Amino acid sequence: MTSVRGVRRWVGNHLVLGAALLVLLYMITPVLVVILMSFNDPAGRLGYDFDGFTLDNWANPCGPYQLCSSLVTSVEIGVLATVLATALGTLMAFAMIRHRFTGRSAANVFVFLPMASPEIVLGSSLLALFVNAGFAGQLGFWTIFVAHVMFCLSFVVVTVKARLHGLDPALEQAAMDLYANPWQTFWRVSFPLVFPGILAAALLSFSLSFDDFIITNLNAGQTVTFPMFVWGAAQRGVPMQVNVVGTVMFLVALGLVLASGTFRRRQPG
Amino acid sequence: MTVAGASLLATPHPPAPERPRRPRTGYLLLLPGVLWLVLFFLVPTVALVASSLYDPAGSLFEGYQMTWHVQNYADAIAEYAPIFGRSLLYAAIATGACVLLGYPLAYAIAFKAGRWRNLMLIAVVAPFFTSFLVRTLSWKLLLGDNGFVADTLRTLHLLSPDGYLLATPLAVITGLTYNFLPFMVLPLYASLSKVDPQLIEAGSDLYASPITTFRRVTFPLSLPGLVAGTLLTFIPASGDFINSELLGNPRTRMIGNEIQDLFAAGALPVAASLSVTLMALIVLMVLVYVRRVGTEDLV
Repeated sequence: MTSVRGVRRWVGNHLVLGAALLVLLYMITPVLVVILMSFNDPAGRLGYDFDGFTLDNWANPCGPYQLCSSLVTSVEIGVLATVLATALGTLMAFAMIRHRFTGRSAANVFVFLPMASPEIVLGSSLLALFVNAGFAGQLGFWTIFVAHVMFCLSFVVVTVKARLHGLDPALEQAAMDLYANPWQTFWRVSFPLVFPGILAAALLSFSLSFDDFIITNLNAGQTVTFPMFVWGAAQRGVPMQVNVVGTVMFLVALGLVLASGTFRRRQPG
Repeated sequence: MTVAGASLLATPHPPAPERPRRPRTGYLLLLPGVLWLVLFFLVPTVALVASSLYDPAGSLFEGYQMTWHVQNYADAIAEYAPIFGRSLLYAAIATGACVLLGYPLAYAIAFKAGRWRNLMLIAVVAPFFTSFLVRTLSWKLLLGDNGFVADTLRTLHLLSPDGYLLATPLAVITGLTYNFLPFMVLPLYASLSKVDPQLIEAGSDLYASPITTFRRVTFPLSLPGLVAGTLLTFIPASGDFINSELLGNPRTRMIGNEIQDLFAAGALPVAASLSVTLMALIVLMVLVYVRRVGTEDLV
């Protein structure tokens, strides 16, 4: 009885774990392909097979026309949109968690809505606005920026709110009791405590902005971001350097996550 | 999302008691962000609905006449109904596949991973670390006619020698499933990780089989995550056009492709009416779904 149950439990345990590892393999394989293809020396213009090993793509990442300029554009928009979205979103999160006012739950729902809308709808709404406002000719860097701040904002609010939820308001109250003014309380107590949440929100916001294609594409005019470059290249034949960029992005993000994990473990509490 | 997404979904703190403060500060803090969302989310939505009622004769640069042209909707639905159906079908199948793949994974991370838990969570979000488009392009490679997957399936006689995978509905659905799977796994994991293992032990102590325990205890407790996950998968998948463009063929076009192309061609009113219809269909389906499942605390 016990041994039968034991065998069954062992199979049960490892069946789930095995299935999980297969699913993880499915999730990670395309990333491995990207890394592999960054070393590909394609025989034809359409590099859909691994034809030979080369370091050329790594030596000359900016080779293909517009690749690096589109990367620069994406980083610029990403940084600017992240700064503004993180600032506005953090303020909103503080308002929602630390203050009581009428309409708070309505504000919660309102902030949630952009996250629950398909990107194509968000993008076409913004385009409809710009066209109606007579901005159809000025689509470009700043319209992309406006769009990115809009969709990053909700994610920042949710991320910072989660961090604030876990903090005891008594700490801030103690500061106030010790005659700190609200400004000092914020900078000396609240901000350092919430900082990991703000940092996570900023990283999330940057990666959302950097990777967005659907909304950006509708509101970009002649401006080319990195995802738009890849899209355009996909119609003609993707240069292998795209995989170099993909690999570098992957390694940087992985490094940041591992570093923040170590950082978090070192923090007291 | 990223690891941030995992941690925000997994934070189970109840709201702490706090002293009342003047509401004015709250409004002031909220104001800039809300203003941004009003200007660039709410007003655009109104502009979209308005644009969907313009006279289709016009152009992006010269402007359109507001003629309350409701006919746009009739035209759009008459012409694009099959594509709406296809989009929702693909999205639904991909969502179902995400449940089938994501549930065991989330379950294993929550209950079986032990010290590998963090590593597995990082592996779940790792695909996000590199570009969505670049990853989707690598599926083009994997599923290609001489690619690894097609070769293997041919060797196993699961695919006929002249059979192909790329440019089929299967490829599009594979891509959709792949791209939105983390959105299923993370909320499911967040729900499952909150399940007290003692409840599961209690189930087996009371002579319930593991399957009964799962069906009666674990699964119901994971429902909030399942609902959140299905919405986070279904909604973006139904509007996506990247997968059907890169992995599909002209007969796998989804509504996102049509909307995108109509906008690119400057047909604002028709494109807008398609967008509004898509949003309306999604809201309708979500309402029915959430009511059926009976979970209200989503936000």
